[in-house]
Amino acid sequence: MAEVLKVPTMAEYMVEGKQPEVLFWVGCAGSFDDRAKKITKAFVKILSKANVEFAVLGTEESCTGDPAKRSGNEFLFQMQAVTNIEVLNAYEVKKIVTACPHCFNTIKNEYPGLGGNYEVVHHTQFLKDLLEEGRLRVEGGKFKGKRITFHDPCYLGRANNEYEAPRDLLRKLEVELIEMRKCKSQGLCCGAGGGQMFKEPEKGNKDVNVLRTEQALETNPELIAAGCPFCNTMMTDGVKSKEKEAEIEVKDVAEMIAEAEDL
Amino acid sequence: MQIISQIAFLAAFIVAISFFIRNVRRLYRNIKLGKAIDRTDRPKERLSNMIRVALGQSKMVKRPVAGILHILVYVGFIIINIEMLEIVIDGIFGTHRVFSFLGGTYNFLIGAFEILALLVIVSIITFWIRRNVVKIKRFWSSEMKGWPKNDANYILYFEVALMTCFLLMNAADYQLQLNGAEHYASQEGIIGGFPVSQFLLPLIDGLGNSALIVIERTTWWLHIIGILIFLNYLYYSKHLHILLAFPNTYYAKLTPKGELTNLEAVTNEVKLMMDPNADPFASPEAGAADEEPEKFGASDVTDLNWVQLLNAYTCTECGRCTSECPANQTGKKLSPRKIMMDTRDRLEEVGEQLNKKQPIAEGKQLLDDYITREELWACTTCSACVEACPIGIDPLSIIIEMRRYLVMEESAAPNELNVSMSNIENNGAPWPYNQMDRLNWAKEN
Repeated sequence: MAEVLKVPTMAEYMVEGKQPEVLFWVGCAGSFDDRAKKITKAFVKILSKANVEFAVLGTEESCTGDPAKRSGNEFLFQMQAVTNIEVLNAYEVKKIVTACPHCFNTIKNEYPGLGGNYEVVHHTQFLKDLLEEGRLRVEGGKFKGKRITFHDPCYLGRANNEYEAPRDLLRKLEVELIEMRKCKSQGLCCGAGGGQMFKEPEKGNKDVNVLRTEQALETNPELIAAGCPFCNTMMTDGVKSKEKEAEIEVKDVAEMIAEAEDL
Repeated sequence: MQIISQIAFLAAFIVAISFFIRNVRRLYRNIKLGKAIDRTDRPKERLSNMIRVALGQSKMVKRPVAGILHILVYVGFIIINIEMLEIVIDGIFGTHRVFSFLGGTYNFLIGAFEILALLVIVSIITFWIRRNVVKIKRFWSSEMKGWPKNDANYILYFEVALMTCFLLMNAADYQLQLNGAEHYASQEGIIGGFPVSQFLLPLIDGLGNSALIVIERTTWWLHIIGILIFLNYLYYSKHLHILLAFPNTYYAKLTPKGELTNLEAVTNEVKLMMDPNADPFASPEAGAADEEPEKFGASDVTDLNWVQLLNAYTCTECGRCTSECPANQTGKKLSPRKIMMDTRDRLEEVGEQLNKKQPIAEGKQLLDDYITREELWACTTCSACVEACPIGIDPLSIIIEMRRYLVMEESAAPNELNVSMSNIENNGAPWPYNQMDRLNWAKEN
């Protein structure tokens, strides 16, 4: 497993005069956050295994502007958006996949009005397509029969009505999927959205991630599955606050697939 | 005597309708204080949303108990109000049960109205118990103290009173018909069906015809005057939703919940900044100089768009949004319902100044005087409130608009957010990492 990942950039593709099948938008968390980097690598391993011709922007990628926009800084958001769109359009990008629902939502919904029109998919949707096209095969492996609950990311679920793609993947892994009392369109936020990830919460009687973790623990899971690097961090912290980190892991669906396939 | 009664009825009717029209015009004027926003696209989808969500109550039943009870009251009121038509005609022309020529159908209809009226009463009593005895949490939040709590109960009392009058009126009418009283009895036998009110007959047992007529007339008058008062109560009450739910669902946002608007004024400035050919010292175009520089975001109701103001008038304060809000559930001050209530209260205050032909007074605004910064910064933008609203209200859009004002006009974001925004500005990520290190993960093991 010590082999170096092969991660081509758009610039390299351009030098060869080729276009990749899809651009993998890594996002800030996926690039810099130690926990999220593991998700990024797991996803890259799956892409390689499925022989997907992908590329990243690498150092040419910059924050989509999502946290700025949701904090009210429309100027900063649009500056980021316009800069990113210039880069994406220069490379004539058609299709984008990302493992971050915030990047997904912003590029998919808020970039078109500023001149950025791409087909944008969340990594769970992309993986589901790979499975359906027969390019990737997944068997239960180490997760078969495990009690697992899935935490819906707000910006994949409510914001964009995608509840099934991650669940389809979990079913492929033959897990025992147990839904929380609050799930899908009624799922509770992990507490990170709208800029909350980067600030202290307002005064209250509990942290949102702890409340959500309590809801997850009600299902008595062996593992909490997530589909967003921020949810992942929040739920991991929540599990730690309940001193359950020895028994309950928090993993991204992509990580689970990579592990099941021994990648 | 008959003619006096007819004139009195007509006068009451005209006064009530005129007052109602005056209030509707004020409502329309106040909503139009909002900024323009185009919500005329995709008319078919809008119509179908209105039919499903407002007419069909599809989102109400997400909470089955409240949802089903609400449907009973809603259906009851709409259908029983068909009977209003007859009541109005009888009132104006001094007729008795003018639609009775429908024969068996008529008897069936009156019978069905009675059963519905009973179901409405049962539902209303259950609602009252849920609010005042069971004390369901969302009805007892801090923003529900005083008027909002009383308003909710007044509506329930009104409805029970109206339904009771309707049933008592029918009971007296039925007894009068049985007695063969003049004006009431018909050669064709008993007209109308009285499956519920027949059980009220013991209450009026032994009364003479004149006493029965007093009861029948009094309940008839109370019923009709009650409805006319209720109609005019709407404007001052959360109950306005019975009318506004329809336009509100029609004009609701159709784009994905996660999609926020891109501010056009910002787009223009950003384009100018990015355009290498733009001359920063160019004199403004002719005419442009007189324009007031646009304010970014919202600090008062007039900075919001008219759909957001319509939302505020439509809110019936059920609190489903607040009970789903992650911030509220964890004890933060934010309550999406309060955002809507504050917006309406402030808009009413502005409207009151307009009623008095005063200019909108400076010194008071939606931000700080109604909605605090602490509330605004507690939002996670998760859209749970938008999803929960049974009639398509979008509290999140108001929160974002007010955050825009705080950040772009006042630079008043919480400090940690300012730090992460400077990071985005300087190195393209909310954390202080160098953009040149963005691909380092690929080489790490």
